[in-house]
Amino acid sequence: MSAVIENHHDDHDHGPDKGLMRWVLTTNHKDIGSLYLWFSFAMFLVGGCMALVIRAELFQPGLQLVAPEFFNQMTTMHGLIMVFGAVMPAFVGLANWLVPMMIGAPDMALPRMNNYSFWILPFAFGMLISTLFMEGGAPNFGWTFYAPLSTEYAPPSVTYFIFAVHLMGISSIMGSINVIVTILNMRAPGMRLMDMPLFVWTWLITAYLLIAVMPVLAGVVTMMLMDIHFGTAFFSAAGGGDPVLFQHVFWFFGHPEVYIMILPAFGIVSAIIPTFARKKLFGYDSMVYATASIAFLSFIVWAHHMFTVGMPIAGELYFMYATMLIAVPTGVKVFNWIATMWKGSMTFETPMLFAIAFVILFTIGGFSGLMLSIVPADFQYHDTYFVVAHFHYVLVPGSIFSIMAAAYYWLPKWTGNMYDETLGKTHFWLSFIGVNVTFFPQHFIGLAGMPRRYPDYALQFADWNMVSSVGAYIFGFSQLLFLFIVIKTIRGGKKASDEVWDGAEGLEWTIPSPAPYHTFSTPPALPARAH
Amino acid sequence: MTQGKSQESRSGWGLRAIQWALASAFLLSSYHAQADWSALNMTKGVTEISEKVYDLHMLIFTICVLIGIVVFGIMIVSMLMHRKSVGAVPAKFSHNTKLEYIWTVIPILILLGMAVPATSTLRDMYDASEADIDIEVRGYQWKWQYTYLNDDPAQEIKFMSALATSQDEIYNKANKREHYLLDVDNPLVIPVDKRVRFLVTSNDVIHSWWVPDFAVKKDAIPGFVHESWAVVKEPGVYRGKCTELCGKDHGFMPIVVHAVEQDEYDAWVAMKQEEALQVYETVGKTWTMAELMDTGEKVYQQNCMSCHQANGEGIPPAFPSLVGQGLSIGPIGEHIDIVINGKAGTAMQAFASQLNPAEIAAVVTYERNAWGNNVGDMAQPREVNALITGEE
Repeated sequence: MSAVIENHHDDHDHGPDKGLMRWVLTTNHKDIGSLYLWFSFAMFLVGGCMALVIRAELFQPGLQLVAPEFFNQMTTMHGLIMVFGAVMPAFVGLANWLVPMMIGAPDMALPRMNNYSFWILPFAFGMLISTLFMEGGAPNFGWTFYAPLSTEYAPPSVTYFIFAVHLMGISSIMGSINVIVTILNMRAPGMRLMDMPLFVWTWLITAYLLIAVMPVLAGVVTMMLMDIHFGTAFFSAAGGGDPVLFQHVFWFFGHPEVYIMILPAFGIVSAIIPTFARKKLFGYDSMVYATASIAFLSFIVWAHHMFTVGMPIAGELYFMYATMLIAVPTGVKVFNWIATMWKGSMTFETPMLFAIAFVILFTIGGFSGLMLSIVPADFQYHDTYFVVAHFHYVLVPGSIFSIMAAAYYWLPKWTGNMYDETLGKTHFWLSFIGVNVTFFPQHFIGLAGMPRRYPDYALQFADWNMVSSVGAYIFGFSQLLFLFIVIKTIRGGKKASDEVWDGAEGLEWTIPSPAPYHTFSTPPALPARAH
Repeated sequence: MTQGKSQESRSGWGLRAIQWALASAFLLSSYHAQADWSALNMTKGVTEISEKVYDLHMLIFTICVLIGIVVFGIMIVSMLMHRKSVGAVPAKFSHNTKLEYIWTVIPILILLGMAVPATSTLRDMYDASEADIDIEVRGYQWKWQYTYLNDDPAQEIKFMSALATSQDEIYNKANKREHYLLDVDNPLVIPVDKRVRFLVTSNDVIHSWWVPDFAVKKDAIPGFVHESWAVVKEPGVYRGKCTELCGKDHGFMPIVVHAVEQDEYDAWVAMKQEEALQVYETVGKTWTMAELMDTGEKVYQQNCMSCHQANGEGIPPAFPSLVGQGLSIGPIGEHIDIVINGKAGTAMQAFASQLNPAEIAAVVTYERNAWGNNVGDMAQPREVNALITGEE
């Protein structure tokens, strides 16, 4: 505790500046964390509105609200904004807030770069969203932007899309460097790697994944740029290029990207479940090894997204076996969470509800993932709503539920106030019901044969599509309640204690609530080791 | 399904939204008759392979459900028993190496159990024996072209297969028929009990040719030919769809395959070859303006309308207007040329491979004289044919 009530010698260093410039110029990890989180929430609403346009059109067969061209722009922009604008920045925001507080560091290692990494994003997404108003419309080739639809046949705005992706990549790489350098160099004296909270571990591994694959994404969009403007033919068969090469390079980025969006979620859930079970996390070491194994496997399974492109049987078998293997470390994680709950003394506050829902619904997404890995069956599942159901199960009640769990869990530490538990639980149940009503029926319509990215469909799919749309509106509008709860908590509420939760462990709970603007200016003394 | 609730296509967006919302509210309160909650699972299909795939799917699905019951069951028991409100006291354990081994090894064994049947089914699917019939399947934005390969090019059957659902059905101005979005003008016809090989490729972007009943899904990729095959056991009509995003009408390029008995197939082949002969003859004769305009309108609706729109005004800038500007009122030679050869780097395709000379002449004539263009000249099939054969 004495660590934070340290007397400062620099008089100007007591608190934040006033006004807008505080946010523009800030190098404080807590400010930057908040910026990332608010930005991510704004993008979540923008991307969510696009999802609601999609679901409104799909409420009934026939074309009612939007033209197919615009529908394709909506699916594309929804995917890009949710992946790069909502989920990834939310995790970076949480890393900014939490990593220094969890390892007893005063700030991120490279504070000025931290500021740059954030402030690139509004420009990147401003540019991306501006394409909606350009002649020819926004990118309409899907978030996976397969060539040649995204090159020879793309709208002119594709160039802005490419530049926006470059900016997002630069931001992610700088953010990752910061996370790695901070974790490796700024841990409190005596904190070994295997003492770090799992959120720190999962983020360390995620940051390495980002540094490895964001340049690959930058490479593939640069090749597109060359094909479009400079007459090269990387992806044009007519010029001796190969459209399938695009998919290999894209998914070499894309598959690790999927884990970039789920590993930090594993870390969050591994923090929340022990707290509310009042019991130490089961199998800490195996959790770390499982995370590392998943990260490694993520590099060698990319072509399971492309089983129908006509690979030879050896390739199909290899990618099938490698993909099936991912189930093993993922299973270990799920079993460890359950073993943590087992014989605990559980209470079910909002963060715990989201965390348990995460474990169950993410596992359902894992089951459909395992089914998708089976090549012969994948020929029937591929590019249908079964795939849509699968990846939304791992991303919405997976990544996004974990982010919400994190927000409720650490909000009292960030604001000093407790959130309204009744409203929090209401938000949870609405989200839980909404998510399942939206995405569970999509398994059915996918298996029955409805392809994804269809603005209109055959009559046999009408009923479940209608159910799915109703669910989407329930889920979408209940997020406004989340916004209300967060604002209400920031403005006031029951004061939170320093420890906040009676089972919480970790350095962030040793500092006052709300966390002072500067924490751990001198490193904390670590409690005696348990293992 | 808002059958009968005709909606003004020209009314404002807001008005349409309100109408739509009202129609939807009406639907929710009095549920429509065509309820089909049975769209739940994968089809078993009509080939040996598709049945194996279905069995494999059900096997993995069952295993997943069983694991789910055990895992979620334990979680639920824990949530009921180990809660603070029933006085549970937290235990102290935090690791157990033996348990960790068990729940690593058991999943590996289960995965092995899945991998064995999956591998054998995949090997069956990749069986590359000789086929009885080879059909080239070529994807176009947004239709399919089928070519029955034959050593004698004169005997080759080649035709386009496009959506047969009317725009009125799509825009809710007419009742949606049973096979809404699943009907084509010219279905693929194959004999039953014969090994049919599909050689799948594309003319423009990537498409994917999927017939669920055959468990055949192959990406149609420009510059590549990938093969797949089926031996259909039962005669019938089998419907499929494009499953790779290929642009704005991705959802509107279905696949229909008629599997028929051998004698019926032979009769169909004879009929198709007869048709081809007739086309050859029509190219030779001189057409009147009325004939050209009449045929041209039909060709336009099937091939040009999805981009250039029914009123010819297109969706600029991607799909330019044909009304009162550009080649449609310019020199006829250039107009014919762009239809024959397309325009590189745009969605405008080279229609010489899709339409016969008479159809090209007709559609060019139609475009020059419809929507008030009134240029007055016409193209003759003979001239178009000379341009096509002369340039090759």
